Amino acid sequence: MSEPILTLSDVTVAFDALKAVDGVSLTVPRGQRRAIIGPNGAGKTTLFNAIAGAHPPTSGKVMFNGNDVSELPPHRRARLGISRTFQITNLFPTLSVQDNMMLALRGLKPKKFSLFGAPDPDEAEAARIGSALKAARIAERADVIVKEMSYGEQRQLEIAIALVTTPTMLLLDEPAAGLSPSERSMIAEVIRSLDPAITVILIEHDMDLALGLVDHVTCMFEGRVLVEEPPEGIRRNAKVQEVYLGKPRHA
Amino acid sequence: MTPASKSRILGMTARGATTAAAILIVAALLPLGLSSYQVGLATEILIFGILAMSIDILAGFAGRTSLGHGAIFGVSTYVVVYMTSQAEMSPWLALLLGIAAATVVAAVFALLAVRTSGVYFLLLTLALGMIIWGVCLRWTQVTGGENGMRGDVRPAILVGQSAFYWAVLACAAVVSYAMWRFVCSPFGLTLRGIRDSESRMRSLGYNVPLHLFIGFSVSGVFAGIAGALYAMFNNFVSPSTVALAQSVEGVLMMIAGGVGTLFGAFVGAAAIIVLENIVSSYTQRWLMVLGITFVLIMIFAPEGIIGKLRAIFSRKAKAP
Repeated sequence: MSEPILTLSDVTVAFDALKAVDGVSLTVPRGQRRAIIGPNGAGKTTLFNAIAGAHPPTSGKVMFNGNDVSELPPHRRARLGISRTFQITNLFPTLSVQDNMMLALRGLKPKKFSLFGAPDPDEAEAARIGSALKAARIAERADVIVKEMSYGEQRQLEIAIALVTTPTMLLLDEPAAGLSPSERSMIAEVIRSLDPAITVILIEHDMDLALGLVDHVTCMFEGRVLVEEPPEGIRRNAKVQEVYLGKPRHA
Repeated sequence: MTPASKSRILGMTARGATTAAAILIVAALLPLGLSSYQVGLATEILIFGILAMSIDILAGFAGRTSLGHGAIFGVSTYVVVYMTSQAEMSPWLALLLGIAAATVVAAVFALLAVRTSGVYFLLLTLALGMIIWGVCLRWTQVTGGENGMRGDVRPAILVGQSAFYWAVLACAAVVSYAMWRFVCSPFGLTLRGIRDSESRMRSLGYNVPLHLFIGFSVSGVFAGIAGALYAMFNNFVSPSTVALAQSVEGVLMMIAGGVGTLFGAFVGAAAIIVLENIVSSYTQRWLMVLGITFVLIMIFAPEGIIGKLRAIFSRKAKAP
């Protein structure tokens, strides 16, 4: 195993008395594909927010790529190479795919303040947008207005936006939520073919989809890490079956 | 992908540049065929078109409709008239001061308003505009109160009706081009992003209030230019120039032309000013006619005149 890119030590996120994430410690090696599974309310999205910075941890430490990022706001973490998608699609519906990508790309650059400059991307920008769209399999849709795309394509654009800033770590929050089976397999294909250098952490409800994509699975329950195992073991794990299916009743 | 090597003239496509040039030539030839009264109307249309465009920068591109732009416009008018008549300053310097004053007022409005959106933004800008109106009405020693102020603002070379029209036309052309470049610029794109999703913009690393502040202030510069031209046009200013009705008229012109179409502002300004002059010669109930016109526009062409025309043409282009 290579050196860890992300280390959480004893991370807690509390909303008043409720500990949504309760003392989670986690190590993700560079380049790993990791799934975080668990029933509703297990604290998966809150854990994502603690990693990406939307809800900094109440206590504990988040180390990313050798930096302590526990206290940093989201855009500073983005600059270090953490990129994420959202569970609920959040795009710019009246703009073209190209313009969506431009906004994503320029968020951290001074060029966003150019008041009378030319609107077109320069060569480097065009190349990055092109490769991100290609990775998300929507390269030929660059000129389409987002609200005219199917929901599945919008989820793909969500991933393309997260990729265009060339992140070292990508957090995918239920990338296939609400999609049809064929759209799900498209998303799975997109995730599977991502650059292996990118570390990917994935939240997913659909076990079949998640387990087919990752090297390692963390199962959360009530804010804590319940089990950490490779996907082959997780299906047969009694504890995981218990939280998903309920306690087996003894006759 | 759009080819980056499309041939452009000053950033415009060949077709866009030709259309702009054709419209400019026709507009420049107008005084040769019109009476001096009509040339005056055309001048007024250009001035209010600039005002409506400055409102469209915020309403159409940042999703924030301002009801305070009439006041920003009027502050510039007041400053220009005051500086030339009371302080006996040169008209050119007075114009610059007027635009600067409008920009400062816009920046103050922006500081207070950029953290709001929707109806709160509307009401806050309305209230700020009312404050300006109150000041102009009550600060009698400086503003002349209800009687207003008369001034001889126009420089000697622009006294003739046609000469002034050409000057305003040249100014409108430059200002429109600047506003168009502004909304198409990388910064303009960030305003459209804010209109579509503020939360996403924030997570992409944009400082949303800062962008709205800059957008509002730039829009104020353009409203100030319109106000300064109006001072030269009217040689007179009174509280009605900064009143709410002025802001509302600007917003209505923008809506009539088409929100987010930018150049629709001139069409909207023309429609309303021409209609006002025709109707007023028959009846005193102009405001009633204006109201009915708006109800009809909202029902049959909520996307405005230009918006409607664009929709019709694109449907025709798509049809086999």
